[in-house]
Amino acid sequence: MPYETDYTNQKFSVIGNRVNRPDGVDKVTGRARYGADASAAGQLVGKILRSPHAHALIKKIDTSKAEKLPGVKAIVTGDDFPDFTGGNRSLMDTLENCMARGRALYDGHAVAAVAAVDAQTANEALKLIKVTYKKLPHVTDVDEAMKPSAPVVHDWIRTAGIEPAPTTASNISQRNEFGHGDIDVGFAEADVIIEKTFKTEQTHQGYIEPHACLATLGPDGSGELWVTTQGHFTFRNMCASLLGLDVAKLKVTSSEIGGGFGGKTHVWMEPVALQLARKSNRPVKLVMTREEVFKATGPTSSTSVDVKIGAKKNGRITAASAELRYQSGAFPGMWGMLGAMTSFACYDLKHVKSVGYDVLCNRPKVAAYRAPSAPMAAFGVESVIDLLAAELKMDPVEFRIKNAAKKGTRASYGPIYGPIGIGPTLEAVKNHPHMKKRLGKNQGRGVACGFWFNFGGQTCTDLNIGIDGSVNLTVGTVDVGGSRASLALIAAEELGVDYDQVRVTIGDTSSLGHNDTTEGSRGTFSSGMATIFAARNAIDVMKQRAADTWGIPVEQVVWEEGVARAKGRQNSNLPPLSLKEIAAKSPRTGGPIAGHNEVVADGAGVSFASHICDVEVDPETGSTRVIRYTVVQDAGKAIHPDYVEGQFQGGAAQGIGWALNEEYIYGEDGTLQNAGFLDYRIPVCSDLPFIDTEILEIPNPNHPYGVRGVGETSIVPPLAAIGNAVSNAVGVRMTHVPMSPPRILKAIEDAQ
Amino acid sequence: MQIRLSGILCQATGGASTVEVSGATIGDILTSLVQKHPAIQEHLDDGVAVAVNGEIYRDRRDQVIPEGSEVFLLPRIEGG
Repeated sequence: MPYETDYTNQKFSVIGNRVNRPDGVDKVTGRARYGADASAAGQLVGKILRSPHAHALIKKIDTSKAEKLPGVKAIVTGDDFPDFTGGNRSLMDTLENCMARGRALYDGHAVAAVAAVDAQTANEALKLIKVTYKKLPHVTDVDEAMKPSAPVVHDWIRTAGIEPAPTTASNISQRNEFGHGDIDVGFAEADVIIEKTFKTEQTHQGYIEPHACLATLGPDGSGELWVTTQGHFTFRNMCASLLGLDVAKLKVTSSEIGGGFGGKTHVWMEPVALQLARKSNRPVKLVMTREEVFKATGPTSSTSVDVKIGAKKNGRITAASAELRYQSGAFPGMWGMLGAMTSFACYDLKHVKSVGYDVLCNRPKVAAYRAPSAPMAAFGVESVIDLLAAELKMDPVEFRIKNAAKKGTRASYGPIYGPIGIGPTLEAVKNHPHMKKRLGKNQGRGVACGFWFNFGGQTCTDLNIGIDGSVNLTVGTVDVGGSRASLALIAAEELGVDYDQVRVTIGDTSSLGHNDTTEGSRGTFSSGMATIFAARNAIDVMKQRAADTWGIPVEQVVWEEGVARAKGRQNSNLPPLSLKEIAAKSPRTGGPIAGHNEVVADGAGVSFASHICDVEVDPETGSTRVIRYTVVQDAGKAIHPDYVEGQFQGGAAQGIGWALNEEYIYGEDGTLQNAGFLDYRIPVCSDLPFIDTEILEIPNPNHPYGVRGVGETSIVPPLAAIGNAVSNAVGVRMTHVPMSPPRILKAIEDAQ
Repeated sequence: MQIRLSGILCQATGGASTVEVSGATIGDILTSLVQKHPAIQEHLDDGVAVAVNGEIYRDRRDQVIPEGSEVFLLPRIEGG
């Protein structure tokens, strides 16, 4: 039975409470089981041999010596992965990324893998595999890669989105243009035009838990995979497709996850572990080192962005344009396209054009990183917005408010907005006490806005009520940010029971229908919707049981505050039946009580945030300290405010690291120079101030509780907010992220 | 009704950014669009999103499109 998804403005009794998280004790006591914490009888250790070259032809792989090493049970190379992709180019890219097929495309690309009885033997075997390479020219810089003279990463790439279609290969996989109006007309109307070029370096999501899995795969094609992932159903489908398996014969269980942020939405070495397991007929455990995580998983794009915005003296923007060049690693991506779509989404623009280019380089295959592509576009756009405001002698917040998108605005990526929250976030920033705090010497303040789409997707949940009235909710969206607590609150709210009565489990792929990956800020939005409906499904069952017990039609039964009540004067002698009473009698009234729901949860609603940042820059060293930071974001209904605030703070913290320190550094030879947390510095607690938050609860009309996704948008404004703050502190416009001490000093020196 | 397109999707319609289509649901109008421009099928297979009056639907093909709605075909979006 379909249930209505519309927002109903119901009053809540449980939702909104800051209850303890159900996984908290396990995590702080070390009992929680992560990707590397599983083991099986007879398991082998898997290790991967990786290319030391940025780009090379693999002329020969000689595994004969390694095969003879005692304890080695299986070795695989590209030859062990037949093509089951059926011509699907995207699948083939994934397969080729997991294991090179004739060419190593980046430093760290897998070229062979070993399963052995222990790690020492496996490492020894890797040393005995002799790979004969012929080095090829490489390119790692996005602007260099676009030049006609650049080494071509794939000779089959023809730039899509260009008419007439090119006939020769290039590193530009696609060009995407968005916008409306006529920017030439708009710029002609402008009194002031600012144009700047910006660069951002490649960063990694920096999750603390490395990729890890335990794989079994028998000769009958039946297997199991225990893995740290954001989407075990997607991993199942992907591995089955790549290895020629029946989807139903591969059971994938998601472990606890130590961070993902988009980096665990795709398979990297899991098909390799399964293939090693198949070849050895033994379980194989494969755990990446931190160096492997940096070199061979999916960081975000490095970018090069031109932004041009014009405005009238009255502060109204007349035209805006951007060209965004996003590096996608060694395989095509959609990152430039997303940058182009999100770049001007915060503003109400009559004339706008954004063009995104996706560009291949000899770097690892880029993956999503929390609102992928939007932070880099926002860095350029929000910097120019600040420059324009300064030129017009307007307050930067007032300038943004004057030009903010609203209901009825045509978004720069196409559609007309319904009700949106950018205006309220900016008004909240304007009135926030943070904006009134006086700044000291060498200090600067920056403000920036950000946009992200959010989405829902396929979702399936089961809700089972035990005979003691306790509730087991099984969901298929991996809990990356506290969703088990939120979903337990939702089930408790619907059923009218205590939060502590509900236990939420992430079901494996054999226990539920397909669930899309936890990405796009969808976990609580979509599984929350399915939980509401599954609970209502179970309530329907309980109402029927009560009606049968009383001998009255079910239409005369209502469910209120955790009990079934018989309506009407004729039933006034019937005492209410509680959930616990109905559950206790269930074996004799029809058997187990359960609710189920499968839903395509669309209508997630777009999301906006505005951030305020204060920094202090040491002019002698160029070192920057963030001294105060405030996040304002529209969350829809905050189911569990702690976790909403946690998402806001987490996005800001990652953005601070990205803005000030984090950077993939490649050498002249195209190899990564800083593949470890000592040389690639993510922020730690002592680097960060307390990050203040303000949740705006503007209900999403397409969710019964008004929920919106909250996980991603908070990483969009920080690069720009910090860029504006640093620029205001040092008096020089910063155009290159990260704004590391050497870059800040150079910018100051250049200006002098 | 008209469906509007942008980005790389326009290449499949010979550069047209609006196409006249018919149907009551998202699924119907996508079928109608493919009939007129078969090259768009490749993009539908890769995944698209449809914005109806600004609300973005990635997966629901049974979504009814109210009379007079603005319908916008977008590339499918990945998240993190």
